[in-house]
Order: sequence, then structure tokens, then C-alpha cells
Amino acid sequence: MAATQPLLNRRLITDWLGIAPFAIFAIMFLIAPTVYLVSGAFLDPNGNLTLQNLIDLFQPNILAAYIISIKVSAASALGGAIIGFGLAAAISLGGLPSWLRSAVLTFCGVASNFAGVPLAFAFLSTLGRLGLVTIILRDVFGFNLYATGFNLLSFLGLTLTYMYFQIPLMVLIITPALDGLKREWSEAASVLGATTWQYWRMVVIPILWPSVFGTLLLLFANAFGAVATAVALTGSSLNIVPIVLFAQIRGDVLHNPNLGYAVAFGMVVITGISNFIYIWLRMRAERWQK
Amino acid sequence: MTAKKFWSWFAVFVAAFYFIVPLLATLEFSMRMRRGTYSFDAYRSVFADQRFVSTFSYSVVMALITIAIGALLIVPTAYWVRLRMPYLRPVVEFVTLLPLVVPAIVIIFGYLRLYNSSSWLPLTNTETGSNALLVFGFMTMSLPYMYRAVDTAMRTIDVAVLTEAAESLGASWPTILFRCIFPNVLTGVLSGAFITFAIAVGEFTMPSLLNRPAFGPYLALIGANKAYEPPALAMIAFAMTWVSIILINITTRLQKGAAGAR
Repeated sequence: MAATQPLLNRRLITDWLGIAPFAIFAIMFLIAPTVYLVSGAFLDPNGNLTLQNLIDLFQPNILAAYIISIKVSAASALGGAIIGFGLAAAISLGGLPSWLRSAVLTFCGVASNFAGVPLAFAFLSTLGRLGLVTIILRDVFGFNLYATGFNLLSFLGLTLTYMYFQIPLMVLIITPALDGLKREWSEAASVLGATTWQYWRMVVIPILWPSVFGTLLLLFANAFGAVATAVALTGSSLNIVPIVLFAQIRGDVLHNPNLGYAVAFGMVVITGISNFIYIWLRMRAERWQK
Repeated sequence: MTAKKFWSWFAVFVAAFYFIVPLLATLEFSMRMRRGTYSFDAYRSVFADQRFVSTFSYSVVMALITIAIGALLIVPTAYWVRLRMPYLRPVVEFVTLLPLVVPAIVIIFGYLRLYNSSSWLPLTNTETGSNALLVFGFMTMSLPYMYRAVDTAMRTIDVAVLTEAAESLGASWPTILFRCIFPNVLTGVLSGAFITFAIAVGEFTMPSLLNRPAFGPYLALIGANKAYEPPALAMIAFAMTWVSIILINITTRLQKGAAGAR
């Protein structure tokens, strides 16, 4: 016994040495920075514990930024999820030729990664004041888009732009779930006399809702954390959370570093909650995809 | 049945309209530079800009360094966890998913507070230090994809048997890692590498806040100052995304083929 004890310890030490580089990396460049900001959100400039920073988040301009961010993220997630589901259902269940299916999936892979600054450029060329669609609407249909109060640098414009990467992401995540619907289930349902609507309501929706709802939350978090598109599209004219935080990091525009930490903390809380529910729902959904 | 087909085609056409119109508009806009006629002048102007070449190659080099260091960190870790510490897997997986929870802008904010000039490790003071921070930032962002890709590839090989076989033939630990494990998970490393590349080359937030001369901030700068070059750059970026997605698809197909052959 006395002889095996040190041997065991040596094994334990090599075990932990093997994982040490990763642990050090994760602590230094992922966990410590996050913990630093989160704890900073609960401190005042003198280092005393306080909830004042979180209360200050509710001052009008920051609250407004959170509200418009949440609205844009929710609208683009919802729109992306509905249209993406329609498209995924079309290529998965619609009996379309298989080349079309793989073409759509490949394109979705590209478009879901086509975000950031270039996406903003693309939409400025499309729906900006001199964009192709704006000009065609004006010259061919005599419809002045900008006279209706439309602006690309607004809630509607940002939502339309975000949907360009939200729809493909929905298609990519939900198509495997739709493919997982076994043909036997729909056959069994129709043998038992179910209508199409009953089959969807009693079989498909109960199986798919964790995937659909989970993906909706992922899309929401995805849009909420998007910085580059918003900055490139709107400069800093639209007051959304990532832009506020970007300006705060650049040059303390809130005049209170700890309030800046609180803004970051608020972002982590919102994306964190939606991602955790997404991961949990995904584990539930995977039971049906085996 | 025909109604179903009709609605399917309808959905595909509506989606195609939404996705193709902005691309056409971008292409059209990028060719308007010469008055009254379409030309590729904007593209010529983009490629002639010295900063385009320098920022793009800077981003490519940073992405390649990220991929190299990332692979050297992730592969041994995933291997070690599978071989010796399976009880740690849930923890490691949780950590690798964290970058999806914490937005990139928050992570880089933390770096700037923890490693600024007045901190215990003033990385932002020097050029090399800032570059290192950028690489670590890219590694963090690509962690969920890289780890997943490598771990999936490792699932198809029996790590324990390979290790025992190599050990009984007298192989040292470096030999086992680099001549046994790495070649077997190469497809996983490659597909993780392409995703990392796509993330790192176009990334705007991190290099911009670290004041690095990278491609993303350059794009934003051009967007604020020029008229016809931004859509040209958008088309170039779109083409590059297309290439990396095709490469990812090829490597995943190779991976699936390798898994099926087993």
C-alpha cells in the first residue's frame, strides 16, 4: 500500500500536467477576462460592492439601447426562423430534386458566414439611398422608398440585413431535424386515419419544438452579439448595445468604467441565458435524431 | 402532392429572390465606378491599394498562426481527455462552448482591462504582445468549432488501442502524438482550420479594438471613405467565403469517408 501510493500520485500529476496548457489558456484568455468584467459590474470605482451599476443600466439611453437590440435580435430571429423553417421544409420534405437541395445547403453555408462588414456593404448597395433596388423602385415603379420613412439605418433595415445570415443558419440547423422525421411515422399516422394537420400537430410539432425553439434562441443570441455589421452599417448613429459597448471600450463614453462592465455583463446574461436554453433543448432534441 | 411541390418551389424562389438580389445589387454597384458604363475599375482600384495587400496578408498570417497554435493546443488536450481523464470531458466541453455564450466584444473588453499597460502582464504595450493577444482572441472564438471538429474525428479512432500499440513498440510521447494521433485526426483539424480561417480573416471587432492593421478594420475604413470600392470588396469577401465553405465541405466528406471505411 505504501508502495503504490506515490505511484498513484505521480500518475495523477502527469494527468493534470497533460491538461495544464489548455487549462492555463482557458483561464487566462476566456474565464479570467469574463470574471473580471462580471465582478467589475458589481463594484464601484473605489472597489466597494454595489448594485448601483446594474441600476444605472436602466437609465434612458442604455435602456433604449437594450430595448432596440432585443427588438432587432428578436425580430430577425423570428423572421429568420419562420422563413428558414419554410425553406428547410421545402428542401427536406417537398420532393424537390436533390441537386437543388445540396445547392441550397451549400449556399446556406456560405451565406451564414457572410456576415460582418461585407454584409453591410452588400445591403447598402441594395437598399441604400443609391442602391439598386431603391433606384429600380424609383425609376421603374415610381415609388420613392425613402419618402416612406424607410431607412436602412433603422430597426427595419437592420432586421432585414441580419436575416441574411439568420435564415441560412436556421436552414442548416433545422434541416437535419426535419430529415430525422421518419417516413414510417407519417405512414403510421395516415394508416390510423390522421389528417395531415393532425399528423403535424400530434407528431411533428411535439418532436420538433425543442429544435425549433432552441434554434430561435441561438439566432437571437447570434444577432445580439453581432457588432461588425451594425458598426459598418450605421456608423454609430443607431443606439444598440454592441455599438454602445464598442464606443465605451474605445473611449469611456459613459464616464464610468464600472458601468461599462455592467453593460458587458448585461450582454453576457442575455446571450448566456438564450445559449444555455439552446444547448439544453438541443440535448433533448438529439434523442430523436439517432 | 402537386400542391406540396408547388409550395416548395414557391418557398425556394422567394428565398432565392431575397438572397440573390443583394448580390446582384452589390455586383452592379461595384461596376458603376466609370460614369455611364459598367467597368471593373473598382476592383482594379481595390487590388492596387497597398493597404489591401498589407492588411489582407497580415490577417492571413494571424489566421495561420492561430490555426497552428490552436491545433497544437486542442489535439493533445482532446487526446489526453479521452485517454486519461474521461471524467473531465463534460467540464472541457463546457469550457469550449463558453465563447458562444460570451460575445467576442466582451472577451476583448476583458483582455484590454486585464493586459493593458498598467496591468501585471502589459501585453498591449508591445506590437508582439498585441499580436499575441489577437491570436489568443481568435483561438478563443474558434474554440467551439475547433474542439468539436477534432473531438469528432477522434471518436472514430480507438485512442487507447493506438496508444498501447505505439507504447509497446517503444514510441515516445511526442512520437505517439505527432506520428500516430495527429495524422489520424487530420481531417478534423483541417475542417476546424477552415472555420478558424474564415472567422479570423474577416473579424472586425477584435483587431479594431486592439488597433491591429487587419483586414476587417480596413474594410470598415474603406466603407466609411469610398463609394465603389466597398461593394467590390464585399464581392471579393463573398467569393472567399464561398471557397472556404467548399473546402470545409470537401474535408467533412473525406472525414465521413474515413469514418465509413472503419
